[in-house]
Amino acid sequence: MSYYAFIGALEQGFVYGLMVLGVYLTFRVLEFPDLTVDGSLPLGAAVASVSITAGVPPYLAIFLAMGAGFLAGMVTGILNTKFKILHLLASILTMIALYSVNIRIMGRPNMTLLGKPTVLDPLEAMGMAPSLAPLALFGTIAVVIVCLLIWFLHTEWGQSMLATGDNRQMITSQGVNTHIVIILGVGLSNSLVALSGALVCQSQGAADVNMGVGTIVAGLASVIVGETVFGHRGVIRPLIAALLGSIVYRLAIALALGLELGAFSVTPSDLNLITAVLVVIALVSPQIKSKVLSRANS
Amino acid sequence: MAQLRVLIAAVVLVLLSATTALAQDYTISVSQIVEHPALDATRQGFMDYLKEQGLEVEYNVHIAQGNIATANQIANQIMDEGPDLVLAIATPTAQACAQRIRNIPVLAAAVTDFVGAGLVKSMEEPGANVTGLTDMTPMDQHMELMLEFVPDAKAVGVIYNAGEDNSVSLVKYLREEAKKKGVKLEEATIQNSSGVLQAARSLVGKVQAIYIPTDNTVVTALESAMKVAHENAIPLFSGDTDSVERGTLASLGFDYYNMGRQTGAMAYRILKEEANPGEMPVETLQELSLWVNLDAAEKMGVTIPESVLERADTVLE
Repeated sequence: MSYYAFIGALEQGFVYGLMVLGVYLTFRVLEFPDLTVDGSLPLGAAVASVSITAGVPPYLAIFLAMGAGFLAGMVTGILNTKFKILHLLASILTMIALYSVNIRIMGRPNMTLLGKPTVLDPLEAMGMAPSLAPLALFGTIAVVIVCLLIWFLHTEWGQSMLATGDNRQMITSQGVNTHIVIILGVGLSNSLVALSGALVCQSQGAADVNMGVGTIVAGLASVIVGETVFGHRGVIRPLIAALLGSIVYRLAIALALGLELGAFSVTPSDLNLITAVLVVIALVSPQIKSKVLSRANS
Repeated sequence: MAQLRVLIAAVVLVLLSATTALAQDYTISVSQIVEHPALDATRQGFMDYLKEQGLEVEYNVHIAQGNIATANQIANQIMDEGPDLVLAIATPTAQACAQRIRNIPVLAAAVTDFVGAGLVKSMEEPGANVTGLTDMTPMDQHMELMLEFVPDAKAVGVIYNAGEDNSVSLVKYLREEAKKKGVKLEEATIQNSSGVLQAARSLVGKVQAIYIPTDNTVVTALESAMKVAHENAIPLFSGDTDSVERGTLASLGFDYYNMGRQTGAMAYRILKEEANPGEMPVETLQELSLWVNLDAAEKMGVTIPESVLERADTVLE
């Protein structure tokens, strides 16, 4: 892997890292497997691209996208808590509904942003190279969001979110309305996913209704890789691990894209397989290491 | 820390194993959204043409497996490879390349709406480093072909993925042509290839012919639509000739292999004659060929009109 591929993987790791942080909030903090993300990522992109095309400044557009993502997440939360629909099913329902909604928002399945103003313009105007600007911006945003989430999880609201995932009965008996916590928590998660989508479409040059396919897979893989490689104890560490996990996941794909194994030819169609194998290696290597260490010690 | 060391070791290993290009005239990087017959044929036609012209080309072929995040990473990968030219196949991959790659010529193929996708300023003067070949089907001629088979058709059905930008553009034109001819257009939309069977069944009884545009999702599950056409004796037409080979009745096409060849000719002009892509108009396919499938006609209970048989370029038994 060389320069651009490495820079590109870092950039994608950060920008999709925002989505991974959202997935972490639902999957690990709330214990709520949320498939809404496959729809809320393109939702963020759709809202951002329509807003930008309509003349809204790009930085404002990403907040509109986050608002839309928050609403989408709330729908899933309400379907689950108020209508007693199983969390997986509730999120799938929102996800498939968003497919149609996203086409409605854009008026077509693909909306171009090529040649339109983007959040990257100020950086490029300052003379930053087009390959570095997204890395700098997305990296900064991701770090800021991680800091905000660390702060948030230490507030009373954040604590009740953690407690809702840990032991719902206990927290209910203490008088916390877990329904509201879940609704707002899933909303918050999807606002981060939509933020990710709003930034992705600006670096990709277009919003596309199919861009969310596989988001949850990438999100879960990143969360789990992050936990395995960088640890999962406490409140602060797993958040940072989720972001780093996203970077490792994208590095794995970049490796798979540039892989050459001498005489054994890897065909382009092997990409998904190689990526899966690389992620599996990342997942099992700590276990193997601990086994080897414990044998060496005994 | 140990994991980090393993990671760094892996990175170094790959860096070392990446062999440098051998003595070739040119390198071309290809970014393709998914593998399916039409897109693969485009790539093959492109490669064959340049080979026949005597160009020694090394290709780096990347396929995003339908994933837009990967398409972005591929665009970065291509920046690394620093090729002489980029071939981007299908709209999302072309957009990802156009956004990232600013100083290498990018040829886009299998894109229907170049202007709508933001790839070029205008079809005549693309303006930047991106141009290519549009696969906009001549919908007027396709409509006329269908009506030649079924002159008294009241309604024609179309199956497409409402999430594919290319298809939405195509159906827009088909709708206009249907209106001109006084035919009703029944639209059945799907989200993924497993919906094709149901979509085809929903058209039974309502239409006298079914049209499958060059839609990536529908074409992958063409057999489902064929099954319905056979069972209900409905003539099934397609936007591409590869599908005629698979069993649709007829098409006026638009052979993706030829499209690849014509794109290859554009690449030749850029590589050998130093043509500027910004000044090369987006081309449309010059050769259209009429394909009919006799076996399909029998299975669908359709008689192929003499006028069609006479001028057919390819008659499949």
